[in-house]
Amino acid sequence: MAPTLTVAPVPTVKAHKGATAVVTFKAVLPPGYHANSNTPTDAYLIPLTLKWTGGPLQADGITYPKPSQEKYSFSEKPLSVVTGEFSISTKFKVPADAPTGASAQNGTLRYQACNDRMCFAPKTVPVSLSLDIE
Amino acid sequence: MAIAGVAAILGLIACSPSRPVRQGSLVKEDSQRKHAPDFALKDANGKLVHLADYKGKVVVLDFWATWCGPCVVEIPWFTEFQRKYKDRGFEVVGVSMDDEGWKAITPFVERRKINYRVLLGDDKTGDQYGGLEALPTTFLIDRSGRIASVHVGLSGKKEFEDAIEELLEAPAGPAGDTSVSANGADAHRGTGAHS
Repeated sequence: MAPTLTVAPVPTVKAHKGATAVVTFKAVLPPGYHANSNTPTDAYLIPLTLKWTGGPLQADGITYPKPSQEKYSFSEKPLSVVTGEFSISTKFKVPADAPTGASAQNGTLRYQACNDRMCFAPKTVPVSLSLDIE
Repeated sequence: MAIAGVAAILGLIACSPSRPVRQGSLVKEDSQRKHAPDFALKDANGKLVHLADYKGKVVVLDFWATWCGPCVVEIPWFTEFQRKYKDRGFEVVGVSMDDEGWKAITPFVERRKINYRVLLGDDKTGDQYGGLEALPTTFLIDRSGRIASVHVGLSGKKEFEDAIEELLEAPAGPAGDTSVSANGADAHRGTGAHS
């Protein structure tokens, strides 16, 4: 059974025009599974990747979780991975001409998970933030 | 009591009309084998390859991907098997499930010095072989084109080799069922186990 990465809902983000906002969301992988970090140890490995694809805010930097170096039965060297619950933060710029009121910022989180003996196809899960722009 | 029960089971196996498998073998008995679905996939040169092209041979059909660490462990084994058994009617066929296609596969094949044919897989073929939820998933196919064992996850080199030897020594059996179950041909999952 392929593991599902769960993204926890984020409370509505209050953002002020012309300012910046840092938004953090949590994601959880089931026990026994890992996903490559955003900086995997081999070029062939698929990195954890957050992309903001639509919405009034401008992403101005993403902070990925600090990876752990884990050794698995299939790897000669430790791999740079994330496991369990982890957080990803994004710094957004709020344009001065952003629309006032409620809106949404949408993105995707791509990951590729394995356990100690097998790997699962890369998956992309949607990430959505509710915004209240003042 | 338990010993008597085991003895009775062994006796039943011995009386089975199917050709018996080796003791402790991971290879299915003849009567349990189903026909491996044919496919039409392209190799790096664009040549269309069918499983039926390998009729009469023992085939290791390995579904893998460049991003799959456990798959990478098995590749040197398959390269060795290809070299060691090729002259006895044996072939390894690797089916890559990389979304990026040959752009990802070709340099990997060169770097790993893979000496067997690699094909680019697709969803249709994956579905035919039970969905391939996890990689590696490897099918051992007998000379009659039937699935003799399925290995999901990282398996043991000796287990593969023992099964290959057994299939190479066996004569071609009768034609099998023409279907594969939707859950990966009754594969054992999670421990690199087999069926």
